[in-house]
Amino acid sequence: MALKKVKGNFFERMFDKNLTDLVRGIRNNKDNEAKYISTCIEEIKQELRQDNISVKCNAVAKLTYIQMLGYDISWAGFNIIEVMSSSRFTCKRIGYLAASQCFHPDSELLMLTTNMIRKDLNSQNQYDAGVALSGLSCFISPDLSRDLANDIMTLMGSTKPYLRMKAVLMMYKVFLRYPEALRPAFPKLKEKLEDPDPGVQSAAVNVICELARKNPKNYLPLAPIFFKLMTTSTNNWMLIKIIKLFGALTPLEPRLGKKLIEPLTNLIHSTSAMSLLYECINTVIAVLISISSGMPNHSASIQLCVQKLRILIEDSDQNLKYLGLLAMSKILKTHPKSVQAHKDLILACLDDKDESIRLRALDLLYGMVSKKNLMEIVKRLLGHMERAEGSAYRDELLYKVIEICAQSSYLYVTNFEWYLTVLVELIQLEAGSRHGRLIAEQLLDVAIRVPVVRQFAVNEMTNLLDTFTVSAQSNSMYEVLYAAAWIVGEFAGELEDAEKTLNILLRPRLLPGHIQGVYVQNVIKLFARLATTCLELQDLPGLVTLCDHVLDKLQHFNGSSDIEVQERANSACMLIEMLRNQLSTSTDAMAMDTTTEGGIPPLAIEIVQEMTLLFTGELIPVAPKAQRKVPLPDGLDLDEWINAPPPEDAASSSSSEHDKDELFVSASQAASGADSGGKRRQSLELTPEQLERQRMARLIEQSNNPHYLKSTPTASGASNADQYDNIDDIPITELPLDMEGVAALRVGITKRSDKYLQEQQAAQGGKDGKKKHKKGKKSKKAKNKVAYNSSSESEGEPKPLHIVNTTLDMPEGVSMSDSEDKDGKYDPNDPHRALDIELDITDFEAPAVRSSSKKSAAGKENLKTPAESAAKKDRKKDKDRKAKREHRESKRERKEAAVQPVIDLIDADTPTPSPSHISAPSNNSNDNNNISTILPDAPKHHKKKKNKEKSTDGAPDALATATGSNIIDVGEQEASEVASKAHKKKHKKEKSQRKEKKASESASATVSAIVSIGEYEQPLGISTPSKEIL
Amino acid sequence: MIKAILVFNNHGKPRLSKFYQYFDESLQQQIIKETFQLVSKRDDNVCNFLEGGSLIGGSDYKLIYRHYATLYFVFCVDSSESELGILDLIQVFVETLDKCFENVCELDLIFHADAVHHILSELVMGGMVLQTNMNDIMARIEEQNKIVKQEAGISAAPARAVSAVKSMNIPQQIKDIKLPDLPQAIKDFKF
Repeated sequence: MALKKVKGNFFERMFDKNLTDLVRGIRNNKDNEAKYISTCIEEIKQELRQDNISVKCNAVAKLTYIQMLGYDISWAGFNIIEVMSSSRFTCKRIGYLAASQCFHPDSELLMLTTNMIRKDLNSQNQYDAGVALSGLSCFISPDLSRDLANDIMTLMGSTKPYLRMKAVLMMYKVFLRYPEALRPAFPKLKEKLEDPDPGVQSAAVNVICELARKNPKNYLPLAPIFFKLMTTSTNNWMLIKIIKLFGALTPLEPRLGKKLIEPLTNLIHSTSAMSLLYECINTVIAVLISISSGMPNHSASIQLCVQKLRILIEDSDQNLKYLGLLAMSKILKTHPKSVQAHKDLILACLDDKDESIRLRALDLLYGMVSKKNLMEIVKRLLGHMERAEGSAYRDELLYKVIEICAQSSYLYVTNFEWYLTVLVELIQLEAGSRHGRLIAEQLLDVAIRVPVVRQFAVNEMTNLLDTFTVSAQSNSMYEVLYAAAWIVGEFAGELEDAEKTLNILLRPRLLPGHIQGVYVQNVIKLFARLATTCLELQDLPGLVTLCDHVLDKLQHFNGSSDIEVQERANSACMLIEMLRNQLSTSTDAMAMDTTTEGGIPPLAIEIVQEMTLLFTGELIPVAPKAQRKVPLPDGLDLDEWINAPPPEDAASSSSSEHDKDELFVSASQAASGADSGGKRRQSLELTPEQLERQRMARLIEQSNNPHYLKSTPTASGASNADQYDNIDDIPITELPLDMEGVAALRVGITKRSDKYLQEQQAAQGGKDGKKKHKKGKKSKKAKNKVAYNSSSESEGEPKPLHIVNTTLDMPEGVSMSDSEDKDGKYDPNDPHRALDIELDITDFEAPAVRSSSKKSAAGKENLKTPAESAAKKDRKKDKDRKAKREHRESKRERKEAAVQPVIDLIDADTPTPSPSHISAPSNNSNDNNNISTILPDAPKHHKKKKNKEKSTDGAPDALATATGSNIIDVGEQEASEVASKAHKKKHKKEKSQRKEKKASESASATVSAIVSIGEYEQPLGISTPSKEIL
Repeated sequence: MIKAILVFNNHGKPRLSKFYQYFDESLQQQIIKETFQLVSKRDDNVCNFLEGGSLIGGSDYKLIYRHYATLYFVFCVDSSESELGILDLIQVFVETLDKCFENVCELDLIFHADAVHHILSELVMGGMVLQTNMNDIMARIEEQNKIVKQEAGISAAPARAVSAVKSMNIPQQIKDIKLPDLPQAIKDFKF
């Protein structure tokens, strides 16, 4: 009976669905997949309730598949752990796979797994441990890292390369979750760099590269080891990693870069692997960037890089082309000339069918333009924009067009009419772009900084205001109306037909509030100008109709839902009504007494003049960060109340609103101030100190305002009258632009920008005077073209640039935004921040201490009390050092002659004492100095010591010696040639060093050797032995 | 670091997904979908790199992919990996699959998703490249398969027989014959 039951059960289970059945079933139920899977999940739940581990295993395997399809399987976590703990490898593997797919560091179930995983890690079967490591790497939590760090570290010393390799990689994950493990584990990790198994070596390089990528400065002392690996290894994977690592290290240490150039160029010449070649080029570029000067042959290296890159770009393989362009753009930043030589190639890439390649070529275009070809390049880009389908790509193009034109304060723009036309064309492309604001800024910038082009600009802007239609709501292009309205208002004097423009502005349109606000403001400017004309002509009726007309149209703005627009429109209306009242009294008087001539009442004249006065005064460009140059005056406390704080909350909140609109307040107050007579003004009269404070507060706020550049004109334009005399405090440079030739600039209608290109080409073809002008003949100013050219020349002068770009010489503490940008790059959750641990020199001796302590105490002690053991080390070291110094002093003279070649060699390598030495923590700095100056003595000194110690400590270690001599540096070989007994000596030295380790008297000489980049033989000494010990 | 390895077919059906950073299941599916949309609209003759999607990565991350017949192999990596190196790694991965399955095709990946995972875990561990030498990888895989076979031994024989029958190309009708009848017959058999 019992047998029957078991049998029945057995047969039943035999017909359970396995993974293949599940997959087949899902494929056969394509129409109702979800339903099928839910029934399967029910079955799986049944199966998981069985006691048979194979059944559970089967169920978990199916769950793993279902998880891939997007189903949550974390509910089966407990069963997965059960399967993981099976003694059968088959089940274990499935269990760990499922765990790696669905567990994560925050899974609560993980705390059940600690002992099980530890058991697996220590399993006799290397694949049990391997599978556990693979799984663990996906879900390791901080708790697991802390508890298992020691076990994984032990595995790093396993006899099986497979496990060593996995354990080394695993340590990186441990470090991320449990940064405290880095310090004690680092020496072991470092010795794995010289593991006999290439896979382990490569894994160690991999881990250190990942660590060093985020905190490069802590890993500079390892440079000698990596350097040796780079020159000896043939494993391309590892070479790539090392070379990438050097790319990260060189910015910190230019002298390292100098050493790297030669082996890297050799690799570039010799390697056939494209991936390696590419990484070499990349690092050479990084090196050349870090040593911008002082290398005699560095132009040769650049040439080599650029040539190789050209080969890559010309390759038919799109991948190489892409990478070639990517690397080119890095060279472009520092050596634009070398890249410019390959302009043809890069321009050709603009027409590539591959969007990724076109984008990379666009990046390079920035450096490709010159005065001569700017128009042509922009024309091509505009053509691309018309054809491009993806809006992201279009946007990118638009951005690039503006970027290349505006670079270095429009250095390459010779004709600003052309540039404005291009901007207008960009607007009219209807790209649905999000760069409307950018274009608006460009329009404002050009109009303010290039006076000669203003007349052209106002007419263009009038057309734009007239024809532009706000279509899509997602489109940000309407922002340009902001700029257009401001330009026509501010430079109303240049307008041909101001009345027409006024009417366009007054036309009721559906626009965002902030733009309508600018409309109203500029309507007043235009009104003031038209009114002045009427005054000059003594045209009273004209003035009256003008007032009536504007008043009538402004009613539309009065009803705006935007409070800002309402307020401005109201103020404007009041102002004009006041004028109108004056006029109407005079027209009444005129009607009564027709004999009186002219009859504009003096009060009206005064009002108009006052209004005009509001907007007079030249606007000058101010660098966005200029304010920072103004030091804070003594005794200024911005947190202090200027007036007594208002009693109520409501009042304070309203005052903060008030602050927000500060830019416009002065304008509207001034406007409405006129209407309420002197009352307002009196209330505004403050003591000079108060004024000063207010201004400082306002300016500081403005300088923090990201939109400052854009709103500057409005602010200063409106409050010019009272601000102008103090503005000298701010360092500004007016662009010395030539006003000549303005008269010839009557261009009213929009032209296609191509026209300018044709003109330019014609000029070039005919080789007439224009070409010369482009090359900088400022003297001729007869034609308007000349005026443009000279203006562009003066634009190109560094003057305005200086203000914008010299953020470096900002007073300390004010260049805050720069540092903020930098900080912004770092993710506060980035685990690497915790890994920014100074791996100081004492760490390099840890293997020795660990080995000695292992004899006496448990291995764990070291991990738990690194501080204590470090202290111990220090004490020992001190003794050792003293002894050595004496030795050195006495031997120094005698050895000097024999050692001379070594010194020469080292000197040739590192002309200056160890660079990383400086950055290394200096807990024993004076000793380091002492030692590094007499470095060549150190090895011989060991030899001496050996004699003493040999008697006490025996057992020479064959393996350590062998590996040691394998990786002996060329430098030392030469040295030993000179000192005849080359081989013996080396062996002896190795031995002696080993013994010193065992006695945990790790020599401070080795310490200094690690620190010194020029010395390559020493690190072997400390790292080779410990593999035996463990 | 490799952040994710995705394999999906020309229609975006996932065939393998391995994330080395935790995302919940629905986000994983979104990432697969987004990646598929980015990758699938590209011609075969354009370059194999593309700047990452919005869900996974950011500016530092790149998608590096290869397209084989019906399958896309996509690796999402950060800047510490060499682009061409990862392309090679994908090649190694596919060649290893080809060796293990003997002329690998999409069906192999569909029916042996677990085996594909085990193979992948010999190449990449926790987002870091573990081994790139194909002979070493094959040796490891074969050794593990040997263990599995040993463990299966006789106890798994009936299960294997059943699955062999199931995977035989017998017409559906025969397969549908009610097998549980058989034990009944045995039960009725008088000893």
